[in-house]
Amino acid sequence: MNPALPASHRTAVTRRSALKLTMMGLAGTAVGAGGSAVFPWLAKGRPGPYRFFTDAEAELLVAICEQIIPRDDVGGATDAGVIHYIDRQVAAGMLREHAPTYRRGLEAFRLTCLAAHQAAFTELSTEAKTEVLRTIEAARADPAPWGEPAQDAFFRLVVDHTMQGFYGSPRHGGNRGYLSYRMLGLDYPQVLGRNKFRSLEP
Amino acid sequence: MNQRHVNAVVVGAGAGGGIVAKELAAAGLSVVLLERGGWISFEQHDHDELFTRLQLAYGPDERHPRMAQTTPGQWRRVISSESGYSNNAACVGSGTVFYGAMGWRFMEQDFRMRTTYGVPENSTLDDWPISYADLEPFYEKAEREIGVSGDMTTNPFSPPRQRPYPMPAFPYNREGRMLKGAADRLGWHAFPIPMLRNSVPYRGRNACIGCRYCVGFACEINAKNGSHNTVIPAALATGNCELRINVMVSEVTVDERGRARGVHYFDGQDQAHWQPADLVVLAGGAIETARLLLNSKSPLFPNGAGNRHDWVGRNLQGHTYCGAEGHAAEETYDDVGAGATIAISDFNHGNPGVCGGAMLCNGFIVTPYSFTRVRPPGAARWGKAHKDFQRRYFKHRLEVHGPVQEIPLFESRVEVDPAVRDHWGIPVARMGGRRHPLVLEIARFIAAQAENWVREAGATDIWTRVPTGLQGAGGQHQAGTCRMGSDPTTSVTDRHGRVHEIDNLYISDGSLHVTNGGFNPALTIMALGYWVGHHIVQDWRGGRPR
Repeated sequence: MNPALPASHRTAVTRRSALKLTMMGLAGTAVGAGGSAVFPWLAKGRPGPYRFFTDAEAELLVAICEQIIPRDDVGGATDAGVIHYIDRQVAAGMLREHAPTYRRGLEAFRLTCLAAHQAAFTELSTEAKTEVLRTIEAARADPAPWGEPAQDAFFRLVVDHTMQGFYGSPRHGGNRGYLSYRMLGLDYPQVLGRNKFRSLEP
Repeated sequence: MNQRHVNAVVVGAGAGGGIVAKELAAAGLSVVLLERGGWISFEQHDHDELFTRLQLAYGPDERHPRMAQTTPGQWRRVISSESGYSNNAACVGSGTVFYGAMGWRFMEQDFRMRTTYGVPENSTLDDWPISYADLEPFYEKAEREIGVSGDMTTNPFSPPRQRPYPMPAFPYNREGRMLKGAADRLGWHAFPIPMLRNSVPYRGRNACIGCRYCVGFACEINAKNGSHNTVIPAALATGNCELRINVMVSEVTVDERGRARGVHYFDGQDQAHWQPADLVVLAGGAIETARLLLNSKSPLFPNGAGNRHDWVGRNLQGHTYCGAEGHAAEETYDDVGAGATIAISDFNHGNPGVCGGAMLCNGFIVTPYSFTRVRPPGAARWGKAHKDFQRRYFKHRLEVHGPVQEIPLFESRVEVDPAVRDHWGIPVARMGGRRHPLVLEIARFIAAQAENWVREAGATDIWTRVPTGLQGAGGQHQAGTCRMGSDPTTSVTDRHGRVHEIDNLYISDGSLHVTNGGFNPALTIMALGYWVGHHIVQDWRGGRPR
């Protein structure tokens, strides 16, 4: 675990991103030694374990997603790795068309929160966070920072993608350990029928 | 590139096209079957809900845009994953690869709606030029050759049938058993849904193992029956049929004597080809078949093939779904797929003061991500309330719904867009119009019956689903755009699916439906495929049809 990361991130670090962090550490050395040709993308020095989001964007998005599916007696969006689903799919997957929307939407969201509360979203109480989200969901926030996407449309998009990351197959980056299936009491993989199945076909 | 001349070219390898291709090939005609998509296999998507819901998993891909109506006179460009597209899959088998596979026969009244109900104001409601009795042997052939599991002995509204289903019905799941008891108490006549799915091993294919992932997915063990695993392999096995995939047909050529000469198409590398044939069969579905006819202009038919009287593309219909659902104290979910097991036909016809109706049935298993959209109006979509709803309802949902038979309107139609073209430069389809206002009245009536049923079965916190507006013709189960009829001035084909005035051009898909029944239409499209195929073969005189 990288102590330099903000607390809200530490829970979101998967083995994959931890590996990438390790590689970043190595790369720091390698770049210093003029070895950037080995990992040319690392020479850009982009910080953080994410493929698309900056650390600051990811920190904000993690906090939003955690309000959309909060942890209670079972895990929430953060525990399920929803941020990694969205990051992976926006970077180069099923949601790549939404990349500019995320970039602009998260910035508008940040400005909205600062203007209303003089504080970052991540620093607010749960009640205040909920209030900010309800305001944006209902398109009642000051529209000034919001052009395209509109605030309510952006929120609906994040809600939908959070659901995808929480309930979709782990192969896409989220639903870690089939957390949501366990919450719903669904076997995975399915057993039913298979134990008795003999195919007629070769 | 000029292809070798064949007896028949069939455009579209879905339910209707696959069957016609097989019927013709088995009768000894040389056939080329053209399909715009490819072969889909289970391994490509597994049981991955996001892949099948978010990706263009079964096509068509982005090269096939359409124009969807936003407000009357306004359209926007959409691709197949977007709402308003009215999609049918683009792959060998089309929707039959991943459908829910209900195998319904329409009822006798569904073929004579005008006689039964009169003509509602502004509508083009009419009788079919063929009766249920005409189609009955072909329904039976579809049930046997494709494979249906069912049992209608407890349904007094079932149309008459000569022979029983070839496979026994599927048992009710837990929700079905609860609904069966409720139907009995209400005096309704519940029965198992006929399914194009194997309840026992059938014709060398496996019996269903009741897995969770059916509608929306290709079958893991080949127990779900479509054209891709029955008639199309059979057509290929005759040695008379060649299937070409990933090809896009742009035009049917009609000569100056009113005969179809063949089709132009583009292959997977965008190379243009000419496929001459003695006869042409269109089976691209209600939207693409109409589009292709409209794009096939000739001196004899300057407004598109078969469109002398402006009926091509008219009467676009789908189904207006409605229903009711609620929470049951007892678990309804038993993890036995496909989920939909029980239906009633008590409200398809004979509803006082209402034109037509719908069957009602319980639903397929809704997988966890899709379940996030199962909410009563106004329910919170996020936060702890979201999680609580998922946990409370996922295994306790009690739900029934039905496809309301729509009332056709001349103004609801498929046209070709004057400006927008697809990847190959072919003008795209644009859909416009609305649903008849009476459809909402029927939907409210059917939803009220659905509410009674789930309440009697033990549901509380019930909400109903009825469409709020009339916008958007088409949607699911598109049909009606090239209706069959005996009057060439008010229909597109004759009773055998042959286009008026073009003796060797046929249609074999949902376009032919004069009305679309209160049932899922797949088996009717299949029966029509056998019907059209039978008449082509009967009229065939070697080299050219009569």
